[in-house]
Amino acid sequence: MADAAKPAPAKGGRANTKRELPEHFKAYKHVWVAVEIEHGAVHSVSFELLGEGRKLADKRGVDLAAVVMGDDREALGKAAQDCFEYGADCVYIACDPALKHYRNETSTQVLTDIVNTYQPEILLLGATNLGRDLAGSVATTLKTGLTADSTELAIDEDGSLAATRPTFGGSLLCTIFTLNFRPQMATVRPRVMAMPEREEGRTGRIVEFTPNIAEDDVVTKVLDFIADRDSDTAALPYADVVVAGGRGLGSVENFQLVKELAQVLGAEYGGSRPLVQKGWITSDRQIGQTGKTIRPRLYIAAGISGAIQHRVGVEGADLILAINTDPRAPIFEFAHLGIVADAVTLLPALTQAFARRLRVTRMAS
Amino acid sequence: MHIVVCIKQVPDSAQIRVHPVTNTIMRQGVPTIINPYDLFALEEALRLKDRLGASVTALCMGPPTASESLRKALTFGADRAVLLTDRYFAGSDTLATSYALSMALTKIGEEFGTPEIVFTGKQTIDGDTAQVGPGIASRLKLNQLTYISKIVVTDLEAGRITVERRAETGTQVLATKLPVLITMLEATNEMRRGTIAQALEAARAEIITWNAADVGIEDLTRCGLRGSPTIVKKVFAPTARSEAAEMIAAEGTMDAKARAVVDAIFGRAPGVEDDLTARALHHYV
Repeated sequence: MADAAKPAPAKGGRANTKRELPEHFKAYKHVWVAVEIEHGAVHSVSFELLGEGRKLADKRGVDLAAVVMGDDREALGKAAQDCFEYGADCVYIACDPALKHYRNETSTQVLTDIVNTYQPEILLLGATNLGRDLAGSVATTLKTGLTADSTELAIDEDGSLAATRPTFGGSLLCTIFTLNFRPQMATVRPRVMAMPEREEGRTGRIVEFTPNIAEDDVVTKVLDFIADRDSDTAALPYADVVVAGGRGLGSVENFQLVKELAQVLGAEYGGSRPLVQKGWITSDRQIGQTGKTIRPRLYIAAGISGAIQHRVGVEGADLILAINTDPRAPIFEFAHLGIVADAVTLLPALTQAFARRLRVTRMAS
Repeated sequence: MHIVVCIKQVPDSAQIRVHPVTNTIMRQGVPTIINPYDLFALEEALRLKDRLGASVTALCMGPPTASESLRKALTFGADRAVLLTDRYFAGSDTLATSYALSMALTKIGEEFGTPEIVFTGKQTIDGDTAQVGPGIASRLKLNQLTYISKIVVTDLEAGRITVERRAETGTQVLATKLPVLITMLEATNEMRRGTIAQALEAARAEIITWNAADVGIEDLTRCGLRGSPTIVKKVFAPTARSEAAEMIAAEGTMDAKARAVVDAIFGRAPGVEDDLTARALHHYV
C-alpha cells in the first residue's frame, strides 16, 4: 500500500517484530485472483495473475481460486473454463444483472462478501483502472493491507506474502508485508508477469455465489460506454518490437526519429516518464512502472538513462538494445546489447540499416 | 456548494537522489511541490466554483512545512486551507492515511459545511498507489468516481452528477448522487495562474492547522506506523543482470555503427529477423 514515501522503519522497530496472527485470521486459506471482465472479455492480466498465483499456491500447498463477476451466465462459464485452463483449482461465480458493467459500488460489495464468506489468505488483482478502483475499496472495507503495482511476489513458509514494488518515485525497490491482517492484498500491472501456459481441458470446482444486491438499490448508473476509436496505444504492452526515446533525444522534434525507426520495424513506440512530463508524448505512450509494462521480443531504448521505474517496465523484454552517450548510464546494467552513441545521429542510420537489411533478406528469400 | 480538494506535498521526483552506498534517499535540498496529479483536481474544483459558485477548501496531511503547498493552493484560488499535522501520523500507509483524512473531512464538514464533492488526484508521484482516494470514499460512504476525464453535468438541486470515466478500453459515462469522491485523470485541464491579488492574500492567509485530537481521533493506534497494516521490511537497489551488456564498439561512420547494431540484434534474435522479413513481404504483396 504503502505510502511508499515513508522511510523504512528502524531496525528493532515494529517492522521486525512478528506478532502472532490473530486467531480469527488463522482460518484464512488459499490464493485468489479477482478476475477482470469488461464487456464479456477477460483481461489478460487476470491470466498472468493466475500464473503467478499458481506458483504461490503450490509453494504454500493450497488451492488457487478465481472470482468471476458479471451478468451473462454463459460468458461467466466460459471465463471460468479459461481460469481452470490457466491454473485455477476453483472458481467462484457471482452472476447478477446488476453486475453487467463494472461499478465500484456493486463489485466492492460482492467481492467483499465472497472474501468474508470463503476467507482467502491472499487476494490478487490487476493494477488496471478497474483493479485499482476495486482493490482500494475492498482493502479499506476489510481494513487490510494492499500493495499497489507489485513487480515481484513471493511467499514465506508461514504464508506471509512478500510484495516488492518500486518506491521513492521509482528510484529504489521495497518489499512490503501485511503481517497481521488477512487477506493479504496486492495488485500487479498488466504484462509484469509472464502469461502462463494454457492447459487445454483442465477443469476444477465451481462455487456459485448469490450476490446480495439489487439494481434498484444501486446509486450509480452506467449511461453509456464509448469504446476507444484509436486502439493503437492498447497494442503497446503486447507489441513484439518496441522503440522508445528518452530525454537524451534533446528535443520534441527528434522524437520523430523514434517513430521513423518504429515504422520500418512495424513496431510500437513509446517514451520514458520525463517525456510525458515535458509533454512530448501522451501518458498512454509512457513505458515504465507508472506507464505501460512491455514484454517485447526486441526493445530499443534510445537516449533513456534507465531509472528503476523504467527498468521494471521493460525487464520482461527478450532482447534490450540501449543507445546512450553516457557509458555509465544505469540502462547498460540491464540491457543485453549496448552502444555508446548519440541517439539523434544513430537512429536515422539505424532506420536506414534496418530498411536495407530487411529488403535484402526479403529479396534473398 | 462546498468542495474539498485533498493535496499532498511531495518531493520533486525528478530531483531525488539515492545515496550510492547506503541506498537511502538524500532528502536534503530536494525541493517539494504539490503532487502534480493533484493540480488537475484543484483546477477542476476551481472551474466548478467559476461555473456554479462554490467554496473550495484545500486539505493536506503532512509535516508543518506542507503549509507551503497549501499557500500555493490559495494563490490558485482556493478559499480555505487546512493542514492536518501530527507526529502520530508519521509512517502512515494508505489505510492509516485515509483514516486520518476522513476524520479531517468530517471535521471540515462540521465546521464549514458538508462537502458535496471531495477531489483527489489519481495518485501521487511518490507513492504511486492510487489508494487513498478510494480509501476516503469507502470510509465516508461517498460515491466513488475514479479516473474522471470530464464532469458533464452537476445538478446541485437534484443532488446528481454525471461524469466521464476512463476505463480500460473506452470511456464510461456514469451518473450518480452527491456527495461523491472524484479522482481526476491527468491532462484533463490546465492549472490557471493565480492573480497577484490572490498571491498577496494567500501570503497573509491563515492556514488552519489541526492535529489528531483536533479532528476527534481518540485511538492513536489507528494512526501512523501503528495504524498501518502494511510493513516495509526492506528497501534496496536492484542488482545488475549477472551478464553485463555486450557493448557494440563499432569503428568508423555512423552507417558502419548502425550495421553493427543490426548484425548484433539479428545475431541474437534470428527469429525476430524472420518475422520482420515476413511482415515486410506481406506489406508488398
